[in-house]
This record gives sequence, structure tokens and C-alpha cells, in this order.
Amino acid sequence: MLGLNQRDTKFLLIVIALTLFTPILLQPFPADSGLAQFNAGYPDLMQRFAIFGIFAIGFNILFGLTGYLSFGHAAFLGVGSYSTVWMFKLLNYNVLPGLVLAIIVSGLFALLIGYVSLRRSGIYFSILTLAFAQMSFNLAYSVLTPITNGETGLQVYNDDPQILMGENGITTTHFFGLKMNASHIMDVGPWQFTFNFGYYFCAVIAILAFYLSLRIFRSPFGMMLRAVKSNQQRMNYTGLSSRPYTLAAFVISGMYAGLAGGLLASMDPLAGAERMQWTASGEVVLMTILGGAGTMMGPILGAGFIKYFENIFSKINDQVLHGWFAFLPDGLENALVWLLHPFVGKGWHLTLGILFMLVVVFLPGGLVELGQRIRNMFRKKPKADNDGSHKPQQTPHVAE
Amino acid sequence: MGLLEVKDVGKRFGGLQALSDVNLSVQENTVHAIIGPNGAGKSTLLNCLIGKLIPDTGSVTFQGQSVLGRKPHEINQMGISRIFQTPEIFGDLTVLENVLIPCFAKRDGSFRMHAFETVEAEKDLNEKAVAMLEDVNMQDKLQMQASSLSRGDKRRLEMAMSLVQDPKLLLLDEPTAGMARADTNSTIDLLKEIKEKRDITMAIIEHDMHVVFSLAERITVLAQGTPLVEDTPDNIRDHPKVREAYLGETQQT
Ligand SMILES: Nc1ncnc2c1ncn2[C@@H]1O[C@H](COP(=O)(O)OP(=O)(O)OP(=O)(O)O)[C@@H](O)[C@H]1O
Ligand SMILES: [Mg+2]
Repeated sequence: MLGLNQRDTKFLLIVIALTLFTPILLQPFPADSGLAQFNAGYPDLMQRFAIFGIFAIGFNILFGLTGYLSFGHAAFLGVGSYSTVWMFKLLNYNVLPGLVLAIIVSGLFALLIGYVSLRRSGIYFSILTLAFAQMSFNLAYSVLTPITNGETGLQVYNDDPQILMGENGITTTHFFGLKMNASHIMDVGPWQFTFNFGYYFCAVIAILAFYLSLRIFRSPFGMMLRAVKSNQQRMNYTGLSSRPYTLAAFVISGMYAGLAGGLLASMDPLAGAERMQWTASGEVVLMTILGGAGTMMGPILGAGFIKYFENIFSKINDQVLHGWFAFLPDGLENALVWLLHPFVGKGWHLTLGILFMLVVVFLPGGLVELGQRIRNMFRKKPKADNDGSHKPQQTPHVAE
Repeated sequence: MGLLEVKDVGKRFGGLQALSDVNLSVQENTVHAIIGPNGAGKSTLLNCLIGKLIPDTGSVTFQGQSVLGRKPHEINQMGISRIFQTPEIFGDLTVLENVLIPCFAKRDGSFRMHAFETVEAEKDLNEKAVAMLEDVNMQDKLQMQASSLSRGDKRRLEMAMSLVQDPKLLLLDEPTAGMARADTNSTIDLLKEIKEKRDITMAIIEHDMHVVFSLAERITVLAQGTPLVEDTPDNIRDHPKVREAYLGETQQT
């Protein structure tokens, strides 16, 4: 179906189902139970899952396939956001022109940065991209203030032209009248589910983005990108020029990042320079590696995992901890809270860091590898080692 | 004039004169062997032909066109393909993909953005790649990861990657090194068969004299970066200078 083989079609359908039911799946705990704070099914966070999923899927096309590790992808995220907010300022709050512009501008920007950075490989490439991104960040912060509104961040003001606004135009972001912040709340017994239009808008785009990357992974172009990662020299002696392949991958992943940035601005019409900072570039690297670089599902899992941590783990404070351990004797309760304190609340970075290290050391294939191992554990039949060991080794399918 | 003309080529690495005054002419549709002791500069010479190294002096022309200053992929697109002394393959990819890549390169040129087809949909190329792998007896390893192959299989895979492009000139750097005797013989047979079926010229570097004398129509002996003699295999066999410089050495080992 849709140019995919049976296996990939199944894969895509699973992803579609998961995204559509996210508002339910991420809300497993009743609204006023003690565990409700672990629920992640609120619009703001779900939108981030989808948006950063797109960002990571795009990053994976570059890093996962070609092995070129960019440390400056947040620059494209920022460029996308600025472009979109400008469209809000000039036209009206419809997100479509903004998103289109975000993709075009970030693509051009990626072409420029990629053209220069891809003259080097390995660590030098990473440093060049990092330098470019920091440069963009600093420019956005200072010199380019007329375009970026510097420290304050770019936003829409009452005296902006908004030439398509009309008399009673909608004053929040929308897609041809459908407002991004519109939500339908559904109560089922003690559970509460929020179906937000903004999330579904992002989700549909994320599914399209995923489908596109699936096609790229399976295409001859994708195979060439994997060849770059495997042995770039060999590729050149085989009659292929590796530079245009890497540049194309760089531009495509830059456009994905720009789209993600545009969507961030579409959910909340604001764009700040900090979106381009190196920490933001590092985050997408973490997402991709944590989930499993070069796999289809990895980046999405990684993005979800990190965003969940950032938003949920960071909300656990000492008070919450005391609540959990209240049944213990006072001394033990205090000791436990003291022990856990550095890992929760503001310390969520510490927990994430430790998890990241564990994954890199024990699961080089990321969370996807964890999934595979668990699956194999259940599948293993008692006689497996007799028939399995002498078969020629098959390559793992890139989808997993 | 030969298909490949090497004139007065010299190459220096720091203090080491790896090649000096190399003149060589490879005639169309012949198998030309280049032999010589270790460190004679044989691999360096091939590197100068495919754009991996640029010689300090001299010229290299292929079909009357200079190859110097061209990028490696351009030289390959002219019709020169090479097999390396240590197998160079795409280790992370499957055996089939390793052969498909040169097929695409041959058909589509050095770059094409075919992002919306699937690899499987290219029936012709897949058939071509599989047929090539059958020729080198690897049809049962299509889906294996290339890096997990044995050394001999890697060599045969690399051979398939070159041959599938149907090059005009095939450069082979010790194609049978590290192969078992039986594999060596089947490689000789394969090369002979290829030679009979197609218009192909081969320049082959080889230490194994059995391979050299089974295949070569001309032999150039290289010693310390300079050609010593060039002649037919029969004459080389009995050449006193060659026995002294090269064959004597191998007989001891
Ligand atoms: N990139 C390089 N930098 C410096 N010296 C080099 C380089 N490549 C080769 N050499 C030197 O040039 C000389 C010729 O090397 P080359 O590899 O061409 O020999 P060869 O005839 O292929 O030998 P073998 O039979 O061992 O493969 C050697 O002394 C080698 O050490
Ligand atoms: Mg050599």
C-alpha cells in the first residue's frame, strides 16, 4: 500500500493508530488519583511529542543514515519558528503560509550551512555545524534584532499589518478557521481525556513526515546514504559523488527541523533565540541516540521519552515524594526523600543523564534495541540455539 | 596507442621516491600483469590511475583523455574500476546491496535523487546484481551483512561490484590474496570467462605466479618504483634480471 511493502504498511498503520489514540494512551490514570501527575495526555505536551518527533525523524535522516552528526540543527528549528511568526505578523493567524515559508527558508539555510560544513567530515563537520548554529543564535539575539526582536522574542503585536486579517478575523492560530487551541474534553468515569485540534494537526503532519522518511529509508537514495555511512571512499571509487547525497540529506533534515520549528510557533505564536541554542541542538542528538539512531521508530521513542521526562519528572518535588513515602517511619521517609531529591524536580537532567549513559553503554541500539531484546526473550524457544547458530547471519531490518 | 598510457610518472612520499619514470602502456583487450617485490610501488601506481593519489610528474591517459585532476567518481564513470588490496566493501550493507550500488552508479551516473522508488522496484538492476553474484558463487548469501563475510568472500564480492559495472579497464590489486587454493582457481576461471565474454582490459597486480602465468598476456616487472622489463610471460619467466630481482625472492619464501 502507498508504495510500501506489507511489513512497512503494518508498521505505518501501528504508528498511525498510536498517534491517533495518544490522548487516551497517555492518560492511564484517573484524573484525581495520586498518579494523575504521571498522565501526559494534556495538549501542550502531546503537541511537543509530535513536534519533536518530527524534528528527530528529520535529524535521523541525516545522522542515522549518513552518520554525519550535526550539532547545529536547532538553528533550523529557530529559523522555522521565526518564519512562521513573521507570516502571522504580515498575513494573519492561518498557519499554512507560515509552515510553507518555514520549510522553504530552513531548506535554503540548510543548503548554505551544509554546503560549507560538508566539506569536512567526522568531528570537524560537527564543530562546523555547532559554530554555525551558535553564530545564528548570537545574531538572532543581537545584530538581527529588527527581524528577531532580540531578547524579547518575536511575537505578534496589535499594530502589525496582518493584511489578510479582515474585520472579525480569528485572533489565535488556526488552520482555515479550525483553532489550534480548540479542545474537546471527554469524561469517562473517573478518567478525563482531552482531544485537542492542535495536537491532531501536529500528529497528522508527523505521520506524513514519518511516511516520507519511511519512503526515503527504503529508496535507492536511502541506500546510498547508508553507503556513505558505511564507506564513503568506496562510494567515490564506485562512481558516485557522495557530496550531493550528503547535502541532499542535510537539506531534507534541515527542512524537517524548520517544519518542527514552524509548528512550535503555530501552537504558541512566539519565537525566541534560545530555541537555536546549542542545548537545543544537543537535545535532538540525545533523542535520536537514546531511541536508536538509524532506526525508524527510535527517534520518535527518544523524543517522547525526553519530552515526557522534561515535563513530568521535573514536576515531582519534595512534597510529592513525602506524599509517596508517608507510610514509612519518619526517619526512613526523610532519608529516602533526601536520597531521591537530586534526581527529581530540577534534577531531572541528572536522571536523564544517567539513563542516557546506561543506554549508550548497555544498549548501543537505543530503546529500539531494548524492545527487540524483550521481544526475542519471549519468542525464544527452548531449541533455538540448535538451529539458530549455524545459519548465516542476517542483517537486522532497518525498520526495527 | 594503448587503452591506458602512463608516461614518466613519478610519486614521492616525503623522502621516499615510491615511483619514478614509470612508463606503461596497456593495450585494449589484454590482461596486463604488474609484478614486483613488496614495496615496489605497485599499489601506489594503481592509486595514481584512479585519482586516489595525484602523481608529482608525468601523465596518465585513458582512451586518449587525461585522468589526472579528475575526481575518483569521474574516473570510474569513464570506465575504470578497481579492486583493492584489502577488500573495500560496504560492511554495514547486505551483499546484494553492495552489488546494487555500483549498478545504480552505472545506470544513473554519479548522483540521482531517487527518493520515492523502492530498491526492490528496480527489477532489472536486481536481476543483474543477482546474476552477477551467481557468477561469483554467492547467490546463497544475498541478505548477509557484508562485514560478516570471510576474507575470500569479501574479495569475490568486491570482484562482483567491479564486474557488474562492465568496466572497460579493470584494475585488480592482488585479487587472490588470502584465498584458499580452490577459491584462487575459481577466481582464475571467472576472470578467464569474463575475458572471453566481454571486451575488457585488465591490469592485474599479483604475487601468486600461478595466477600471473595463467592469465597474463603481458607482464611488467616493477622494482623500486621503476619498471625493470616488460615482455610476454614466456620471456619473463626466463629473464635473468627478473629472476634476480623478483622470482628468486619468491622462490625462497
Ligand atoms: N600514502 C603513503 N604515504 C607514505 N608512504 C607510502 C604511502 N603509500 C605507500 N607508501 C610507500 O611507498 C612504497 C610503495 O608502496 P606500495 O604499497 O605501492 O607497494 P606495493 O608494490 O603495492 O607492495 P605490496 O606488494 O606489499 O602491496 C612503500 O615503501 C610504502 O611504504
Ligand atoms: Mg600493494
